[in-house]
Amino acid sequence: MTPMLEVKSLIAHVGEGESITPILKGINLSVKAGEVHAIMGPNGSGKSTLSKVIAGHPDYSVTQGEILFNGENILSLEADERARKGVFMGFQYPVEIPGVNNAEFLRMAYNQRRKAEGKEEADPLDFEEILDAKMKELDMDAKFKERAINEGYSGGEKKRNEILQMAILDPALAILDETDSGLDVDALKIVAGGINRLRGPAKAIVLITHYQRLLDYVKPDIVHVLSGGRIVKTGGKELALEVETQGYDWLVK
Amino acid sequence: METAPQNSSAAAPGLSGNGEDYKYGFTTNVEMETLSKGISEDVIRAISAKKNEPPFLLEFRLKAYKKWLTMKEPNWAHVQYPAIDYQDIVYFAKPKQKPTLTGLDEVDPEILKTFEKLGIPLDEQKRLSNVAVDAVFDSVSVATTHKKKLMEHGVIFCSISEAIHEYPELIETYLGSVVPVGDNFYAALNSAVFTDGSFVYIPPNTKCPMELSTYFRINTEESGQFERTLIVCAEGSYVSYLEGCTAPKFDTNQLHAAVVELVTLDDAEIKYSTVQNWYAGDPKTGKGGIYNFVTKRGKCLGKDSKISWTQVETGSAITWKYPSCILVGEGSVGEFYSVALTNGHMQADTGTKMIHLGKNTRSSIISKGIAGDQSSNAYRGLVRIAKNATGARNFSQCDSMLVGNRSSAHTFPYIETGNSASQVEHEASTSKISEDQLFYFQSRGIPREEAISMIVNGFCKDVFNQLPMEFAVEAQKLLALKLENSVG
Repeated sequence: MTPMLEVKSLIAHVGEGESITPILKGINLSVKAGEVHAIMGPNGSGKSTLSKVIAGHPDYSVTQGEILFNGENILSLEADERARKGVFMGFQYPVEIPGVNNAEFLRMAYNQRRKAEGKEEADPLDFEEILDAKMKELDMDAKFKERAINEGYSGGEKKRNEILQMAILDPALAILDETDSGLDVDALKIVAGGINRLRGPAKAIVLITHYQRLLDYVKPDIVHVLSGGRIVKTGGKELALEVETQGYDWLVK
Repeated sequence: METAPQNSSAAAPGLSGNGEDYKYGFTTNVEMETLSKGISEDVIRAISAKKNEPPFLLEFRLKAYKKWLTMKEPNWAHVQYPAIDYQDIVYFAKPKQKPTLTGLDEVDPEILKTFEKLGIPLDEQKRLSNVAVDAVFDSVSVATTHKKKLMEHGVIFCSISEAIHEYPELIETYLGSVVPVGDNFYAALNSAVFTDGSFVYIPPNTKCPMELSTYFRINTEESGQFERTLIVCAEGSYVSYLEGCTAPKFDTNQLHAAVVELVTLDDAEIKYSTVQNWYAGDPKTGKGGIYNFVTKRGKCLGKDSKISWTQVETGSAITWKYPSCILVGEGSVGEFYSVALTNGHMQADTGTKMIHLGKNTRSSIISKGIAGDQSSNAYRGLVRIAKNATGARNFSQCDSMLVGNRSSAHTFPYIETGNSASQVEHEASTSKISEDQLFYFQSRGIPREEAISMIVNGFCKDVFNQLPMEFAVEAQKLLALKLENSVG
């Protein structure tokens, strides 16, 4: 079976000219449908960069390697084209967009996806039903429909809004960058519930996390440790526990 | 003096392939009656004679002309353009038609088609039933709809030429009462040569039963448009007035120097909304486009009266425009809500003046400037609290957004306070659409251009909320269209 996501010998840089800095130094990663992978690693190891490069952030230049999504090289695609194919990224620090209504934004994103799949677009009333159901699952107050995107949200509210977007878009591949950071235990359970609902034989999930806490609620199939722009160790769930008790030093050497 | 039919160089109407195209850039082939180029006392007398005006109006014009001759073009605005040759402008261009029109069926069908193409069908059957329109084509008003229905409520809505004949006492009382003939260079020019425009009178205690609107269209290449609008709202009355504008694409610049005067008596309210989309010139070379040098001012004469300006400025090569309020009546309120978008080589210097004369007068200013490409976008505003305006309050918020790296935004707020028992607040910000904001939208499957349009519309939301519903939708679409190609 072709993996859903295949990252091959990926080298990526940030900046240009004199100030160009390599961040990813040859990443290999293969994620099959139905799997949940966790990527752990110390600060500055390149975890966030990896998720942004897969999603197509223009600040990074890929100088070598490939990213295949369902067998297709997506490196030349714009971020929005990748998203419409079913790649979703949950942000560690979602940006605030003043004045742009959250529900309208969600409907626009939803309809872009529908359009790409050749399906009919949802009108505001139909969409509201879909949205209400998803918001209920995530225990989100109706006021989030009226508010501007992420503006004035607490850290936890922002993360919940990310998971809401994921639930609405129902992506084939979700890459979640530190979705657990800044959440209290109750919020963590709700967010984990949202992730588990996405889980299924046709879906793949990559959790990028600092701590193993989230992994108590969303059990990964495979755990990778990223350090210095390379994957230094791959194992099962137990690897996360080892990292939790022993830190990263023994792996980084 | 000559009257010659004009052959406008008929470009293919409507849209052509290029996405940057200005969809209203077509010209209409219609026989025109024009005066020869240039301005002089003779030309003014000729205009007045052609329009068969009463003596007081000719005097008004001549007084303005004499004043104008002594004045200099203002040069303090943050805009640059080559000197205008005022002798190279046609001051009167009028579609040839029967001297008096009794119904729409007598309007040149080409003109009716033009307005239809612009989305402004003048046929009352096709119009939105709640909007009455006065259509101004070059120098004259060609049609006013829904007059009868308005008359039943005592509302007068007609061309200003007609009002001069039918309601001379109202015109003599109010014309020039807000913008005196010598107020500024362009207002003086307008007062001397204005050819048409709209007149509205709302009688006491009347809420105008429908939205009123004027649609301005410049068609002739060498003509200027000098229209004059006067709206008087009597005690306890209310009117909402909309104004839209387009022009064909020419390589030369056309001058648009309008004057709009608003007057509110006790407890009256005028809401004046503009969506301005004059041709802005070629986005690459900057060639052509309208010089939009307009004087708009309202006087809140009565106590507790209110004047509210909302403008969405998306066109014109140069905009020089400061819709203002003179708050005379105690407790009167002035508002200014503005979105000004510049792209290509456009230059805008726009803002407002709030002059607080009466006690407990209040004003608020919300200005949103968006500058893309190589354009320059300036907000200029004056808040003046006079000595006797105890308890006056003003709040101003001026935000600018830059799109791309070559545009510029400027804010010039002037505050003059002559009364210590008053309150003036000013907030300003400049922001840029960040790559991270765009990436956020894109990562959700929304293409970059739509993302920009959504972010900009979000930025302008406070102003769009002030527009009547249909206009708000139009304004959003217009902004999206304008932004389509201005992002690197």
